Amino acid sequence: MRTLRVMLKKEFLQIFRDRFMVALMFVMPIVQLLLLSNAATFEVKRAAVYVVDLDHSATSRAVVDRLRASGRFVIEEASSSMTLANEAMLARRVGIIVGLPADFGRDLVRTRAATVQLVLNAEDGAAAGVTSAYASRIIAAYAAELDAAGGVRAAQPSIDVRVRNWYNPELDYRDYMVPGILVQLVTVVGTLLTAMNIVREKELGTLDQLSVTPLARGTFIAAKLIPLWLLALVELSLGLVVARYVFHVPMRGSILLVFGAAAVYLVAALGIGLFVSTLAATQQQAMFITFFIIMIYLLMSGLFTPVRSMPGWAQVLAQANPVKHFILLMRAVLLKGASLRDVASPLAALGAFGAVILALAVRQYGRRVG
Amino acid sequence: MTAGELAISAHGLTRRFGSFVAVDHITFDVGAGEVFGFLGANGAGKTTAIRMLIGLLAPSDGSATVAGFDVVTQRAQLRRRIGYMSQRFSLYGDLTVRENIELYGGIYGLSDADIDSRTSALLDSLGLARSAGDLVATLPLGWKQKLAFSVALLHEPAIVFLDEPTGGVDPITRRQFWELIYAAAARGTTVFVTTHYMDEAEYCDRICVLVDGTIAALGTPAALKAEHGVATVDELFVQLARGAKVTA
Amino acid sequence: MRHGALRAFMAKEVRHILRDRQTLTILLLMPLVQVVLFGFALRSDVHDVRLVIVDPAQDVASLSLRSRFASSSRFRIVATTRSASAVEPLFRRGDAEVALAFEPDFAGRVASRTEPARVRLSVDASDPNTATVIQSYARAVIAQWAEERAADMPAVAVRPVRIATAVRMRFNPTLESVNLFVPGLIALVLTLVSALMTAISLSREKERGTMEVLLVSPLRPWQIIVGKVLPYLALAFANVITALLAAWLVFHVPFRGSVLLLLGESLLYAVVSLALGVLIAARTSSQRAAMMVAMVGTLLPSTLLSGMIFPIASMPAWLAPFTTIIPARWFIVVARGIMLKGVGLPYLWRETLVLVGMALVLMLAAVRSFKPRLA
Repeated sequence: MRTLRVMLKKEFLQIFRDRFMVALMFVMPIVQLLLLSNAATFEVKRAAVYVVDLDHSATSRAVVDRLRASGRFVIEEASSSMTLANEAMLARRVGIIVGLPADFGRDLVRTRAATVQLVLNAEDGAAAGVTSAYASRIIAAYAAELDAAGGVRAAQPSIDVRVRNWYNPELDYRDYMVPGILVQLVTVVGTLLTAMNIVREKELGTLDQLSVTPLARGTFIAAKLIPLWLLALVELSLGLVVARYVFHVPMRGSILLVFGAAAVYLVAALGIGLFVSTLAATQQQAMFITFFIIMIYLLMSGLFTPVRSMPGWAQVLAQANPVKHFILLMRAVLLKGASLRDVASPLAALGAFGAVILALAVRQYGRRVG
Repeated sequence: MTAGELAISAHGLTRRFGSFVAVDHITFDVGAGEVFGFLGANGAGKTTAIRMLIGLLAPSDGSATVAGFDVVTQRAQLRRRIGYMSQRFSLYGDLTVRENIELYGGIYGLSDADIDSRTSALLDSLGLARSAGDLVATLPLGWKQKLAFSVALLHEPAIVFLDEPTGGVDPITRRQFWELIYAAAARGTTVFVTTHYMDEAEYCDRICVLVDGTIAALGTPAALKAEHGVATVDELFVQLARGAKVTA
Repeated sequence: MRHGALRAFMAKEVRHILRDRQTLTILLLMPLVQVVLFGFALRSDVHDVRLVIVDPAQDVASLSLRSRFASSSRFRIVATTRSASAVEPLFRRGDAEVALAFEPDFAGRVASRTEPARVRLSVDASDPNTATVIQSYARAVIAQWAEERAADMPAVAVRPVRIATAVRMRFNPTLESVNLFVPGLIALVLTLVSALMTAISLSREKERGTMEVLLVSPLRPWQIIVGKVLPYLALAFANVITALLAAWLVFHVPFRGSVLLLLGESLLYAVVSLALGVLIAARTSSQRAAMMVAMVGTLLPSTLLSGMIFPIASMPAWLAPFTTIIPARWFIVVARGIMLKGVGLPYLWRETLVLVGMALVLMLAAVRSFKPRLA
């Protein structure tokens, strides 16, 4: 116990002596959270439009007006040449071309049906999908408006579908992303620092020095993990404060549960760092191995794309991904107010993963001699 | 020498890395209180041998006891009785002189009172009292080495292993360093030191010359020089190393 | 003589890289794994939606609509209850995404035709994107059911106006995500190897004191930088080529433009990243610090603020200007332009010029901040 205290003192002294690192560890994540949470959205606020109106009728102009009035579209250029429009798209001046064919107005009167052409720059896949959905919706609304003006009532015994969006009525994407980004931040910082901190002692030769002292393996590992575990929890708290007061992310569940789960999760995350440190000889290696593992874990975690959209094999693999379980848990507790019983299974998975990886890492450490 | 007085006893100690034999069946004894020099060119197997003796590396073959403990099966007891100073500087540069001493004192389970008294004694004897609060990284190399040696002796080990302790240090500091070694030996500490400075070998009670992982010569410097008909250990070494596969 | 020294120095650096098998394996594996993940695993299409039916009516009409959902390939009914209170726990545990609730006299309302019959869709909107998609799927099923029932009823005089939209997704008609990610991936790999590896490798020499040895050698500062940087550049290129080959052979990602131009632009981007890496190494004191700065300063912005995953058009107005200082943002426009649109310099000269400018400024800054430390 006394040895652990002595070693903990050493670790804390070393961590806090490097002012730059401490500043980096606290300032960077906050800045990132601010920047990334705002960046991580697929919503399209203003799309630049090229109008090719070959009809020049009141109806064709009305379609363009409706698009403009929505505030989501800005008419950048217009002409009657599709070639010029294409040119503008290739040069990225516009993201969408709205084509109104020559007989648009006449067709609408005669046959009550007409077609608007929408050409999108799908270089930016997500944005293109969203933009086309907006445009189609606005144009459909205009058609309904024409019906109403003409006194035509929709004939179907329409069913009134009332939609309620639970947990996020405004469909604010940030509420969804912020908890996930928080997880990413504590994972990257915790895992990388653990791996590099231990490998640094290897590189400097101090690890050999410690190995010939009576210092027990468990004490050494505990002294390495506890400070970084605490730092990661402090970082998470800071992140949660920013999430609450800057982004107004709802926190419907128990904060105690969030911290309890984070405490378990961080054992798993730091365990990965510890495991990597047994494989790597240099900090550069440690960083690359860790980065590689974290990258795969993050991409497969459901942070950016839903886990349930993945193919079956990937979903099975995701079961062994602690990041996935923790992101799921954070979102459930913070956004949906899930209780301990609701998240019991991801929490158990985190605990199991932590225990296994820690045991593996400690065993791997024992093998170092010989 | 009786068994009770043996500080180190190695029998057929061997270490292979793949097909390469770094240390090849070496057998030797070191008596308690001796200053034992372990000589060899770079790559002769000195560091491998020392790492086996302090329990950092498992022998492929053979056995050894240090301070009466087996280096494979009794590592834990062994570690309380030995001190080690590696080739590479092994104190923490980002901790102060005092913090380093307190750390190692704590690891060896010394009481706070012991740490306090030994720290001030150590700082006084090295003339470092004024620098106690300085970061170790800011000390000149010679001071760092002397400090590292003193820290390795802090818990009063029976045997201290020094792996090329004077590498890169000026001659005056080297002399001062050897004075520290003699002082430790005078207090009864066995000193096991590797070096490739041949003049340093003359200071040892006995020396062991390692060539290609095997012992080429073992005895007091005077006896070995007489036996090979040379004037200095340096000449002796050149003569022995001539047939080596691995040269400096 | 001096060039001999430079060659020897570079040979040393190459040996360093080649000797470190672990890092080398990871570096070569990383782009491949990423291409595979983006190609196979990371999709955002929504399928297998888990539905809860809340049906206090249990009449002909509600059963008929329910059977529509049951036979839909997109929905899977996981629970059927009479009371709405059973829904929330299912949402909280993540066992269902949407609930469809009928009013008690559903069949009666449907038959009366005076007032529309009501259903309520409750969607777990904690993931807003998925929620929006689920909502539109469900509406489509309901609308189709209603339309078919309407067909059985007496015809109405006037047909409603229909304005159809013919949507064409240019350059990537199926919105295939690999196609979108591969250009970003090249940027990521180049950033990783060029900026991150260089920063760490240089700061390692500083930390170990070997930099001082290099400085007293006849090598000039710029030669040290070049010697350090060239081997990594070669490595980065090997990576880019593996990623491109994988993308092309396995996923048939299109290459509509000039491959030569793409490689040239990649080189330009690599130079920018390398200069950034040197600058970071010169300004930080330890490997850890260099890594953190490189990671936070280059890697994360390159993935998240570059338009690689999230469109720049979607970012708030105050954030968008920040993206202009991120080299990857410009490179991704160039890479997508060449690969997906098949355009060349006439359309991409502006972005190329920005990258050239960045390269010059960063190189100047790198060499400058390197020098005083040598003295």
